[in-house]
Amino acid sequence: MFRPRIIPVLLYRNGGLVKSIRFTDHRYIGDPINAVRIFNDCFADELIILDIEASKKGHPISTELVREVGEEANMPFAVGGGITTLDQIAERLRMGAEKVVLNTVGLNSISFVREAVSNFGSSTITACVDVKKNLLGRYQLYSHSLRKSLSPNWREHIKMLEDAGVGELILQSVDMDGTMRGYDANLYKELAGELNMPLVALGGAGSYQDMFSLSTYGPLNGFAAGSLFVYYGPMKGVLINYSKVNGDAFFK
Amino acid sequence: MGNLFSVGKILSKIGCDYRVTSDPEEIANANRIIMPGVGHFGTAMQNMRDRNLLTALNEAALVRKVPILGICLGMQLMASQSEEGDAAGLGWLDASVVRFKMDDSTRFKVPHMGWNTLDAQRPDDPILNGIETADEFYFVHSFHLIAHQPEDVLTTTDYSYPFVSSVRRNNLVGMQFHPEKSHAAGERLIRNFLTL
Repeated sequence: MFRPRIIPVLLYRNGGLVKSIRFTDHRYIGDPINAVRIFNDCFADELIILDIEASKKGHPISTELVREVGEEANMPFAVGGGITTLDQIAERLRMGAEKVVLNTVGLNSISFVREAVSNFGSSTITACVDVKKNLLGRYQLYSHSLRKSLSPNWREHIKMLEDAGVGELILQSVDMDGTMRGYDANLYKELAGELNMPLVALGGAGSYQDMFSLSTYGPLNGFAAGSLFVYYGPMKGVLINYSKVNGDAFFK
Repeated sequence: MGNLFSVGKILSKIGCDYRVTSDPEEIANANRIIMPGVGHFGTAMQNMRDRNLLTALNEAALVRKVPILGICLGMQLMASQSEEGDAAGLGWLDASVVRFKMDDSTRFKVPHMGWNTLDAQRPDDPILNGIETADEFYFVHSFHLIAHQPEDVLTTTDYSYPFVSSVRRNNLVGMQFHPEKSHAAGERLIRNFLTL
């Protein structure tokens, strides 16, 4: 039976893993390769590793890191952060990454995204879009590298990414990031039924129940989370963890 | 590309001596071949033609009859024809390749990307040795095989409708999913192939 994927998202910065709250307050979590080994042992569905400083610093997620992850991971993994050229994509795929995640470059150049899709195939190119509410409670596109909201309409941006042929969309709520208070269902409910490309939710999951709850709003393909997989207990002690979930728990 | 690396990693772990090659002479000498294709059907056939691999591959598959494992696109290439690029394939299997056609395309999105189970059509085949019905495998594909000889079908998988997820015809084995990305169960399948 087909079931949605449950995907840990690991944030990488200056040689280590960190976890944020609403894109700030980064806390050190540990060594990335150690985390990958634990996710292997737990039979995780997939991993996403994002270098959150890469775009700002102007260099892509390190090939050394991607190679080390590739040598360890027994499951598909995607990498992202600061990727702006086809060569950078090719190199990271060669080192075992299943997919690359494009975010900032998609805000700057849809034509690059289209080029990446035609060179490497849809299923290899994942787009990540960050969305933040403004004071009026309206969703706006958010640029992590510029640390500000952008004027283009977020739905139109997603439409352009779909037209460009990306194989999958990760839609992240900046407001819910790290809060562990559940996904923002309003962000996903309309979109899930409209998109023809797979949709992955990210931002706010504090439990597996949050994933099951969100799945009642529409056909999502993946439920991604950070804090849920790196913290344990009410005091949020650092503990890499992951549980296999029965597919029957979704979509009811 | 990514899966070349991952297949190599598993072969090293198993302790199998392997080489990544596009050299017809090495193919002519290989006693087992894995074709871990990812990409576009028409382009892949053209690349193999440009590199003069077809003679060596056909001889290995049909004359020397060495075990050959095609993964994902590598399995589809064994068919006689594909809708992707409207191209002719290797023609080792009496099969064709078509795009998923979904009645509900928002629920069953294409590509079929994620984990799914196998329904064994030939449960006693040694390739499936040790595989449980609950074992899940990682899929990522927009096209699937249609086998015109039903006895070639090893497993089917359900995604809106049942499609062929693995095949075997004598020395030829094909898997639509990625055993190299599928944890312990995937490694098991590769080990089973290596014992053929």
